[in-house]
Amino acid sequence: MIIISDLSKRFGPKEVLKGINLKIYDGETLVILGPSGCGKSVLLKHIIGLLKPDGGQVIIDGDDITSFNHKKLDSLRMRMGMLFQSAALFDSLTVEENIAFGLRKHTGLSDIAIHHIVSEKLEMVGLPGANYLMPSELSGGMRKRVGLARAIAMEPEIILYDEPTTGLDPIMTCAIDELHLSLKERLGVTSIVVTHDLNSAYRIGDRLALHYGGQIVAIGTKNEIINSPDPLVQQFIRGEAKGPMTLL
Amino acid sequence: MIAIKLLKDLTNLFGSLTILFLQSIYWTIHGIRTGRFGMKNLMEQMSRIGVDSFPMVALTGFSTGAVLVVQIGYQFAQLGAQRYVGGVVSMAMARELAPILTSIVVAGRIGSSIAAELGTMKITEQIDALETMATDPVDYLVVPRFWGCTFMLVILTVFTNVVGMIGGSIIAVHQIGLTLATFSDSILQSLKIQDIVGGLLKSMVFGGLIGTIGCYKGFTTEGGAEGVGKSTTGAVVLAIMFILAVNYFLTVGINNFNMAYLQ
Repeated sequence: MIIISDLSKRFGPKEVLKGINLKIYDGETLVILGPSGCGKSVLLKHIIGLLKPDGGQVIIDGDDITSFNHKKLDSLRMRMGMLFQSAALFDSLTVEENIAFGLRKHTGLSDIAIHHIVSEKLEMVGLPGANYLMPSELSGGMRKRVGLARAIAMEPEIILYDEPTTGLDPIMTCAIDELHLSLKERLGVTSIVVTHDLNSAYRIGDRLALHYGGQIVAIGTKNEIINSPDPLVQQFIRGEAKGPMTLL
Repeated sequence: MIAIKLLKDLTNLFGSLTILFLQSIYWTIHGIRTGRFGMKNLMEQMSRIGVDSFPMVALTGFSTGAVLVVQIGYQFAQLGAQRYVGGVVSMAMARELAPILTSIVVAGRIGSSIAAELGTMKITEQIDALETMATDPVDYLVVPRFWGCTFMLVILTVFTNVVGMIGGSIIAVHQIGLTLATFSDSILQSLKIQDIVGGLLKSMVFGGLIGTIGCYKGFTTEGGAEGVGKSTTGAVVLAIMFILAVNYFLTVGINNFNMAYLQ
């Protein structure tokens, strides 16, 4: 279980996280919704230890990772995968080398076994045979899918998705959602998904949370969120420009 | 107020560069001890640094050697001391000009490209991605570049010396009227092994500086394309400033050592 307690973070004068409290249960998919620039990605980066908070704790399986040293963080990260907003593929490596990066670095698998895993993951994300392409030869959507293949290559227990379907067409979005659901069913993966895509959020989320003004202002199941009387929630899910939620 | 800010910035800069240098040493030792030193990565960097810098270094070395012989040759001719031209030129090249000029060329070509590459990786979250895959960016990115610059600058400096002397000898024979034997005898009589070693030691230090500063500027890139541009030019300017400043102290140190132990 992941427990986020009173997490706060400030960048200069801007307070991005103002005492966030969240619980993510094992095997659950929690979708974090919220307007652009409200700090959703910052929250994800705290969960994987890329950023140190100014205050509060991130407790994963009973350990507060904010006090972890480099070695402990690395052991934790071996159990986690992250898909970045920009995919963050290594420009100088091929698709296969990108996906195989963690496997080559941290497992003693043979080149043939690694190639087999890479091809399997590429097939899962709908890119069979793309092994030897360079990232510069891929479209935005393809890059994102390679990023996803890389995030799941080590079969992690926890996967963090930063806008996994942004830039994808509706059919590919649906395929990625189905892949997400099958990973959850097959491996019992715990997922935290940051997205703006409400359809996708409704499809994959066990619970949905609305992040606004540095805080989680609403959390609940799909139905609870849809039926929430909170004007912030209603404005966000209806996509209305006017309301209590101001543009950042 | 401005002086305090400048002092604070300088302290931060020295501190950050020292930390990055020490981290590089730590990860090098760690890599050697665990047998996981990225030799393939190092070879790639060395080959890139060598290939990218080779034409400019060759041109710089040749032209410097040739120009030095022209300048010194005509002055010495007036004093009837032409036969010493080879020795003076070779000493100037080995002690100062080859390490300094090679370093400045490499800082321009390689320091800037390291800063641009790492800066782009920083703003496109590739460095974050490395960390999420339990890989230390200093280990994976800085160590091969640091050692690549350090080793290759020594090799390139040797090359600059050789090409410089070839350029010098051509001019000495065809323009100053010396024989090749007189020119090379002068080199052999004047140039000492400590001149060459001292110059190579300098180039080794300058190589480490170029690698560390390029990586530091890349890692501290902020913003988008504009930030990458600033880091790139910043890396070149900072590296050249450090090379010129450190050169003075190295020259004094090497001269003192030579006088104390080798003369």
